[in-house]
Amino acid sequence: MTYLAKPKFHHPDLPKNTLGYTHRDYEGTVSTLCAGCGHDSITAAIIQACFELSIEPHRVAKISGIGCSSKTPTYFLGNSHGFNSVHGRMPSVLTGANLANRDLIYLGVSGDGDSASIGLGQFAHSLRRGVNMTYIVENNGVYGLTKGQFSATADRGSKSKRGVINTDNSIDLAAMALQLGASFVARSFSGDKQQLVPIIKAAIAHKGASFIDVISPCVAFNNHAGSTKSFDFVREHNEAVNRLDYISSRMPIEIEYDPGTVEIVEQHDGSKIALRKLAADYDLHDRTAAMGFLQHHAAKGQIVTGLLYMETESEDLHAHLHTVESPLNALDEKDLCPGQAALDKFNAALR
Amino acid sequence: MPTASPISRVNDFVIRFANVNGSGSASANEMFARAIMRMGIPVGPRNIFPSNIQGLPTWYEVRVSEAGHLGARGGTDMMVAMNPQTFDKDIASIEPGGYLFYDSTKPLPASKFRDDISVIGVPLTAICNREYTDPRQRQLFKNIIYVGALSALLDMDVKVVEQLIGEQYKGKDKLIAPNIKALNIGRDYAVLNLQCPIGLRLNRCDKVGDRIFIEGNTAAALGAVYGGATVCAWYPITPSSGLADAFTRHCEKLRVDPETKKAKYAIIQAEDELSSIGIVIGASWNGARAFTATSGPGISLMQEFIGLAYFAEIPAVLFNVQRAGPSTGMPTRTQQCDIISCAYASHGDTKHVLLFPEDPTESFEFGAQAFDLADRLQTPIFVMLDLDIGMNHHLSRPLKWDDARAYDRGKVMTAADLDAGKDFGRYLDVDGDGIPFRTYPGTHPTKGSFFTRGTSRDRYAKYTEEAAPYVDNMQRLLRKFDTAKDLVPRPVQANAGKPTKYGVIYYGSTAPAMDEAIHMIEARGHALDRMRVRAFPFHSSVNSFVADHDFVFVVEQNRDAQLRSLIVNECGIDPVRLVPILHYDGTPITARFIDKAIGDHLDRMKVKPMKVSS
Repeated sequence: MTYLAKPKFHHPDLPKNTLGYTHRDYEGTVSTLCAGCGHDSITAAIIQACFELSIEPHRVAKISGIGCSSKTPTYFLGNSHGFNSVHGRMPSVLTGANLANRDLIYLGVSGDGDSASIGLGQFAHSLRRGVNMTYIVENNGVYGLTKGQFSATADRGSKSKRGVINTDNSIDLAAMALQLGASFVARSFSGDKQQLVPIIKAAIAHKGASFIDVISPCVAFNNHAGSTKSFDFVREHNEAVNRLDYISSRMPIEIEYDPGTVEIVEQHDGSKIALRKLAADYDLHDRTAAMGFLQHHAAKGQIVTGLLYMETESEDLHAHLHTVESPLNALDEKDLCPGQAALDKFNAALR
Repeated sequence: MPTASPISRVNDFVIRFANVNGSGSASANEMFARAIMRMGIPVGPRNIFPSNIQGLPTWYEVRVSEAGHLGARGGTDMMVAMNPQTFDKDIASIEPGGYLFYDSTKPLPASKFRDDISVIGVPLTAICNREYTDPRQRQLFKNIIYVGALSALLDMDVKVVEQLIGEQYKGKDKLIAPNIKALNIGRDYAVLNLQCPIGLRLNRCDKVGDRIFIEGNTAAALGAVYGGATVCAWYPITPSSGLADAFTRHCEKLRVDPETKKAKYAIIQAEDELSSIGIVIGASWNGARAFTATSGPGISLMQEFIGLAYFAEIPAVLFNVQRAGPSTGMPTRTQQCDIISCAYASHGDTKHVLLFPEDPTESFEFGAQAFDLADRLQTPIFVMLDLDIGMNHHLSRPLKWDDARAYDRGKVMTAADLDAGKDFGRYLDVDGDGIPFRTYPGTHPTKGSFFTRGTSRDRYAKYTEEAAPYVDNMQRLLRKFDTAKDLVPRPVQANAGKPTKYGVIYYGSTAPAMDEAIHMIEARGHALDRMRVRAFPFHSSVNSFVADHDFVFVVEQNRDAQLRSLIVNECGIDPVRLVPILHYDGTPITARFIDKAIGDHLDRMKVKPMKVSS
């Protein structure tokens, strides 16, 4: 049995969000990934973020490719439609879905094999088109479902569980996302819920292509000495540039911030992000500087995490295409079919 | 004087223009064809062009037929030989008694010509050099000058051409007078120096009726507009790019909200065909009508996704404008060579619905209907055009639309249905037609959501790898395919005037050549029942048609008799009873080819009665 339903009963005093939903309303089935998998922590963070944002669960479309990460959409938002599509092709399916109905929230879940190897092209083009989505890569540096082969994000020199040293250069998807024009780029670590949850909330609130690279150690195949995606390695080399609090437009700012270390950034939908700056020299509105910062620290073996770049006045694909405000899937014959009168003119012009 | 007597025919001949591509001849040649149509004479032009921008040979063939035979006939009655590279071959291809029109500026030795054709020389280059100084003008007006000369030689109504020039350059009015001048330079030269008219003549008649002159790609794209497509994702590939371009043009005209000026459509030129079909599937999954336009190589790249759409039961419309394979094979030449690769596209057990339009009008009709079929059947639908239909102008029935027609969005469960307590099983066959209900994402807060996956699932979309639910689902997909047989366009049958044991099956762009060939075959004394297949899966009448005849010819434009294989395979028919007639050199099939192949076959079989000695 590979499908496990979660029991529906829950404690009557579970906290409710502003829509009256409990945390349980955002859960899915029981995970069938390995115990301790980083991906399950990301699933928990997504559930937490959606609960805290008071999103109606069915207004999210969760779309994934193939791999361990792409299995996770069954483990959260059980009342949302999900689509476990083709290996490396989540971005195109998500792009099409988004074109059909601009009113839903699109959550793309992918992995490092799915996005950096077989799907590198679609990863790139969905970001450069500015599809309004939250694109999460659950990045463990290996293929888990096929038992531990290196993926394209594995660092050069890192060692596989079988002792093989990776000689290929690694792809830094966050750096690529910056270059490709994503208007929201972040990196986090599955073991750091305090950082990850607000990043996911801010990414969902962001209008445009939001990309989050989440380092997520694979307990079965990539958590040993010599791996650069293990819990220990990431904790030791994590260089957080900021920590953030997400403040929805409905909530007053109650937290007291020490001026000078906090930057308040307002998003398109009126929500705000309070950034506690950890690296004094880091400017998250400067794409070029962000790219340089990442490369500089990567050369030192450090993994930069936090919100790396954000455009406050971003546009999405629908804005580029000047599409109507109502979802395209809601248009009917009256809106779409020009009728015989237009055909008569067309016919007349072709004689 | 030619040794063969010059062909003398009114409103019934083939004229072929041999040009160099990039020389601007296409618009002059098209104007020539249009002028004949405006004279009320049915005309069938075909562009035979290389995969190149400039410098390679290109031909434009104009079939003139008052009788209305608009397929390729085969043979050339008059050659307008404007390309020195192909001059010798072009001359060799003229029918005995035919005509050669050439640029006589540079004298050519008699050995360059034939003594069984009429040779008509006009010093086009000399005239252009005298009249124009700009080299580009010399080239462009040379084309109009030969049209002018031909108008005199063929007794064409020159006023019609002048009117067409006026229409073509409307808005760029300063180009009208110089073009009309060039036209008259050519005409005047012919009238003064040549014997006009020749044996091939045009005579105004009224056989065009209300038909329109249109390319299949343009018509199919309009079908997508009328069929309610809102999302188009495509990747440039000859010969289908024109379909996506036409969809864009139609939408800019017909689908912009008059008040907000916003688009009721979204068109993405994707990074490749994998992305194109992914976008189409994502959009269709989410309840929009979506399509892609591609050709054979694109279909090959989309295979994995097509299988997913089949199994996950997601509507999709694919226009395949077929061309000669392989990938970079002969992209500008026509064939019907993707029948098998589309019918069984992808891995695993799959079968797909194919529609075979015969011309632009059916491309419009099937193009619109494909979206209803895709939603009804929740599966990919392939509209199988080819380069001949897609990129050539055809005289076609005018496009019609029933304003009372509503879109068939298929089995979609709404929030109200779910609230009313209807049992929703995404893969549950509630009424025996094999088609389950679906819900669009975002329908209901607590009911009707499901997880779409390529992996196996039960009737309620729950993941399972157990044997019984898998088989149950695969059997239901077969039931659904059976349902499709009665939903797709039926075959069109035409019986011979008398009982016959022989039949012929054909489809798509073969139709006009077949329509002419049947007269030629009948003239040999044979009778043949005809069936034009318009869709796969085959309607039961295909089985009975084969069963009712001793044997049936299957005429196709591919090497491997692909439709024949499909009939043998899907209808369980003894292959011996289906005789393949195959034309696959990249040019459109001709009436003469069909007549020869089928007619000779029947001639050989014709049993002569034995003489009874007295």
